[in-house]
Amino acid sequence: MSLIKRIFSSKTEENISGEQKKEYSENEDHKNTNKSNVMNDKIKFTIDGKECKADKGANLVEAAKANGIFIPTLCHLEGVKPAGSCRICNVKINGRFMTACTTEIADGMMIENNTTDIQELRNIIIETLFVSGNHYCPACEKSGNCELQALGYRYKMLVPRFPFEFEEKVVDASTPKIFIDRNRCILCKRCVRSLKTKDGKSIFAINGRGHKAMINIDHELANKMTDEEAQNAMDTCPVGSILKKERGYVDPIGSRKYDKKPIGSEIESVNK
Amino acid sequence: MSSQVQSIVDKFGNDATRLMDIFIDISKDKGHVGEEDIAEIADQLNISRVDVEQTLSFYHFFSKEPRGKYNIYLNNSVVAEFMGREEVADAVEKATGTQFGSVSEDGLFGLYDTSCIGMNDQEPAAIINGVVFPKITTYRVRELIKSFRAGKTVTEMVNSFGGGQNQSALIKSMVTNNLNRRGAVIFSDHTAGDSFIKLGSMKPKEVIEEVKNSNIRGRGGAGFPTGLKWEFCTRAGNKERYLLCNADEGEPGTFKDRVILTEIPHLLFEGMVIAGYAIGAKEGILYLRLEYEYLQNHLETILDDFRKKGWLGKNVAGIDGFNYDIRIQFGAGAYVCGEETALIESCEGKRGEPRNRPPFPVSVGYLDKPTVVNNVETLCSVVKIIQNGGEWYKSMGTKETSGTKLLSISGDVRYPGVFEIEWGMTIREMLEMAGAIDPKAVQVGGPSGRLIGENEFDRTICYEDLPTGGAMIIIGQNRSILDVIKNFTEFFIEESCGSCAPCRYLTVILRNRLQKIIDGKGVAKDLEYLAHWGKQMKMANRCGLGQTAANPILSGLENFIQDFEAKIEKGKDFDTKFDLDKAIQESSRAVGRFPQA
Repeated sequence: MSLIKRIFSSKTEENISGEQKKEYSENEDHKNTNKSNVMNDKIKFTIDGKECKADKGANLVEAAKANGIFIPTLCHLEGVKPAGSCRICNVKINGRFMTACTTEIADGMMIENNTTDIQELRNIIIETLFVSGNHYCPACEKSGNCELQALGYRYKMLVPRFPFEFEEKVVDASTPKIFIDRNRCILCKRCVRSLKTKDGKSIFAINGRGHKAMINIDHELANKMTDEEAQNAMDTCPVGSILKKERGYVDPIGSRKYDKKPIGSEIESVNK
Repeated sequence: MSSQVQSIVDKFGNDATRLMDIFIDISKDKGHVGEEDIAEIADQLNISRVDVEQTLSFYHFFSKEPRGKYNIYLNNSVVAEFMGREEVADAVEKATGTQFGSVSEDGLFGLYDTSCIGMNDQEPAAIINGVVFPKITTYRVRELIKSFRAGKTVTEMVNSFGGGQNQSALIKSMVTNNLNRRGAVIFSDHTAGDSFIKLGSMKPKEVIEEVKNSNIRGRGGAGFPTGLKWEFCTRAGNKERYLLCNADEGEPGTFKDRVILTEIPHLLFEGMVIAGYAIGAKEGILYLRLEYEYLQNHLETILDDFRKKGWLGKNVAGIDGFNYDIRIQFGAGAYVCGEETALIESCEGKRGEPRNRPPFPVSVGYLDKPTVVNNVETLCSVVKIIQNGGEWYKSMGTKETSGTKLLSISGDVRYPGVFEIEWGMTIREMLEMAGAIDPKAVQVGGPSGRLIGENEFDRTICYEDLPTGGAMIIIGQNRSILDVIKNFTEFFIEESCGSCAPCRYLTVILRNRLQKIIDGKGVAKDLEYLAHWGKQMKMANRCGLGQTAANPILSGLENFIQDFEAKIEKGKDFDTKFDLDKAIQESSRAVGRFPQA
């Protein structure tokens, strides 16, 4: 929530529908009660056989995180209503495939996260995302800080098993602060869901459908973006699709986010 | 002074949830919704332009760019292909001097490939400016194009009327019903409003009990028990509830709802009243595919008639305090909107992207209110269940599957059309009933269903054995199974909403690999890949479309492996027909190197 809240606090909440809002505020209330009443109301569940506990109302990604277990995500963004669209957080709950980000933790859930089947599915999704776009990692400004690339490394992808299609994608650099390179977009919709103007209007939206779907910018609104908002947009994007103009390779190789430790290790180092 | 666009937006109460209606009205006026229209809509609704455009760009029948004066939406379902679609398409391109997917230079003709338009029993068929032209031949193409060039309107080119209500003054359509078999439930004799006599003496709870007792399950294909769905909805806290009728039948090969909506829409509306009463709905919405727009006047007239008779409006059917009306909401060409949560999104003026479940629509549905979504056929059946009782309904069908089912049978058969059968018929009996010609395979339940061969022809059509939404595509011995599978796979590529990553692109990867095999360049490993990748689709995707998109490939591999094996190179681990010259053609040309193909 932190980044989004800092700049777009009011809009993020407007993005959440009425019902959801209620749920969210209830969750907040719940967390508050929990603080004064520790260990009460904890939900018990297992992930790959390990016994876990989490607060009521948490989704599975958060619940796993609280127990030092990493469930990979791409479209998920804390504090924003989950979309469940990248499908990378697929887990098996009581034998059924479900996305962890859209599922609220419940008592007695038996979750499979790190099995061969699930890992294979995740690899296939990552590789699909690589070939469905044109990802030139070595030259990308987000390299080393990119979540897709980091997942590729973590899951030891050497080269996608699928042939590259090199579909033509259009770059939109017509707004003053940001440009959007659709070659690197994975259509996670984080930008669509979370980046709104002060009066709640969408700056980003999807255009078209299926494999021809792409992100569009509202030029009128994007023209009014501040530097801070542009930076936030870039940080919201898990890959190098939304980039702030006049900003190149800021972090030197070796000190980028995922240079030293694989994605997810920050979660796994807790509780060890 | 307000502009035309402004007055249209006004007409729908400046309500962003009515975007679909706004687009439809503007498109009717101008043929498209242009950049300036989008800006006007956005300003008036106080939303951003990209938000307006994201709904607009989702639907096949909407366009931001000007389309032609005559827009030819030619069906590309597999049965259309069987019946000579390619020939017809070539003739259209030749006569108009333009390619599919584009508008002719003079702006006269727009040509568009279109997923199944619900005319599989009379292919090749096209929709031109809202009018359905079935059974098109190359001769007819030349005649049509010549006449359009001479300034004739589409209605002037209607040269026959189909049977039944198709020839009524309100429809006047060339579409034929092909109702080949009337059964004991849907197409049995019925006097409009008869069930209301009984309804007046029943409490909503009793209606639900009767429907539960009948064991009827949803007829769209998923087969959820209807009575239970209604009960869940009434248990939701919110008193503002909605009934949505799914008349989006987009599954290629399905056209049963078309015949219901043409011949017995009063039965459907009666069912919508009963369901509305049972769940305590505020409003009923018929979500109708735009392909069936030619039935609009007919349907609106019947709704008006219902209002005059007191069957809609205040104290409906004489029941005190039951206030309820029905409106028609059009879709605009998106198969995925047949998925109930996508349908709800579309009703709310959004992109038809399925929602994450839970929460289910019975608790959080249309406008986030408790909502029941029922199939057309289900709601028609309910009328007869109320009239004759659940026990009567259960006396038909099999042990676990009660009642009758409408089958839409098309493909290589003598008598394509709608057949109302009792559940429990075998595929072999069905083939005989419809006069199948030398059948090799049957696609049960449309592309999202199962491709079966001779070895499964003795299976029984019912939930305990071979469940189906009713689309039966018969594939003759002379057809290429691989081409059929490719057509189905391309259908899913075209109709994917694009939300889930695997559905958006793994479908494309699967199609390309299948094409490799069809081109004679496949190897044994490719078959393993198809099976393995296809399996992921079932696990990975959110909705029924994505989960079933690989079904044609998977059931094809299961039942017609010999057809695949006949195409691949034996004893080789990789394709040896790689054409280096062709592969480097583009770069060779760029640097002026030879050979250039």
